[in-house]
Amino acid sequence: MAEHTIKAFDEDIDRLRGLIAEMGGRAEAAIESAMTALQRQDLVLAAQVVADDKRIDAIEAEVEKLVIQVIALRAPMANDLRDVIAALKIVGVVERIGDYAKNIAKRVPLIMVNQRTLEPVSLLPSMGQVASEMVHDALNAFAARDADLAVAVVERDTVVDDFYNSVFRTLVTYMVENPKTISECAHLLFIAKNIERIGDHATNVAEMVYYAATGQTLPDRDRGGAAAEE
Amino acid sequence: MTEAINPLAIANPKMSARDVKVFYGAKQAIKGVSIDVDMDHVTAFIGPSGCGKSTFLRTLNRMNDTVASARVEGMITLDGEDIYSPSMDVVQLRARVGMVFQKPNPFPKSIYENIAYGPRIHGLAHAKADLDVVVEKSLRRAGLWEEVKDRLHDSGTALSGGQQQRLCIGRAIAVEPEVILMDEPCSALDPIATAKIEELIHELRGRYAIVIVTHNMQQAARVSQRTAFFHLGDLVEYGVTSDIFTNPTQERTKDYITGRYG
Repeated sequence: MAEHTIKAFDEDIDRLRGLIAEMGGRAEAAIESAMTALQRQDLVLAAQVVADDKRIDAIEAEVEKLVIQVIALRAPMANDLRDVIAALKIVGVVERIGDYAKNIAKRVPLIMVNQRTLEPVSLLPSMGQVASEMVHDALNAFAARDADLAVAVVERDTVVDDFYNSVFRTLVTYMVENPKTISECAHLLFIAKNIERIGDHATNVAEMVYYAATGQTLPDRDRGGAAAEE
Repeated sequence: MTEAINPLAIANPKMSARDVKVFYGAKQAIKGVSIDVDMDHVTAFIGPSGCGKSTFLRTLNRMNDTVASARVEGMITLDGEDIYSPSMDVVQLRARVGMVFQKPNPFPKSIYENIAYGPRIHGLAHAKADLDVVVEKSLRRAGLWEEVKDRLHDSGTALSGGQQQRLCIGRAIAVEPEVILMDEPCSALDPIATAKIEELIHELRGRYAIVIVTHNMQQAARVSQRTAFFHLGDLVEYGVTSDIFTNPTQERTKDYITGRYG
């Protein structure tokens, strides 16, 4: 895209995009680390995820400040305006994604089962993987103004929803058979729900990216969504 | 969804231009512009210097007639009537299609006379009592009455720049025009005087068809409902103002309004 006549405008936009790329990278890493901590029962790593969330929150605040400054001083128009507004909305959503990852990490100490592995734990990493890839691609789509990649992210949301429904059924069955693990399994259920929400939020980011890139809203799609807890 | 306006398909157009070309000697300034404007919307013409927006505006009340080298081709109608037809009375036309210029240019006469002059020479009012009514009504519509009612016989040139510009708008209104053309009406004014003119434009909308040429894109965004972007003598894009400023369809429009032009 051609440069602005006023160079400082381009510098502001570059800084904005840089901050969002960093924030997205951190959110993605938080999801992955939280899932690893869960699998390995690694309390140090889990604590690290919780601590690192502060930086994600700080970037959100920084982006908000910068967006207000850009609107006040540069009066962005057309695709610039859509980009800047998308940036503001995206950081709000990515901050929530960070919170979900933090929430998963906080549950890790509560799922420690003495000398015994909890079978359903093994179901979650691949679900987390899909969600974290969706976050990755949604933010890449923003960086590249790539509407097609944004659409691909939106389409993948059903994969996470299907995972959630399957994990839900498995956990219920497991709890019925192993009533002593109900407390741990309840936490796993919340973790699965958190991952499902991360997928929804990544989808929202992708929709914002699509609008910023094209000026059109994505046509409504059939939201199969996660079935209500049966 | 962006709704592109078909410049030829506006319901109840007040003025219509069809394939208008303007030449200054051998140089072509307008390359075939077709557009309709109506009473219900303020239309803004934007574009970089030299794009032809002011030249085109001036064709709408034959201001270019005063430029010896200028030649206009194509068709412009007011209520369906060809304004370039030999039977058109140009003085009458300019009463129906009034103009407000960049620099306030009140007559070096009293405030009262600035307003009363037009109606008198156009035979709209003769008796003092009738003129008094026209002067008050015009100054009220121009948002100036309260500020000048006690000094109507002071010189118009003694007013502030913003007041002078509202006086010029009042002067245009006094002859009961149907269309008001404004060529950068605020470029010599401070922000407060500008805001007053913009508010005035808002109040006048619907009563007159208003076309405004402005270099200030924020002003176009604030005062107009329709925006036309001119570039190198072409009408590049004509659309709903909010669409033009959030999602223009043409690359050239986008580059201009986002500050990437040249």
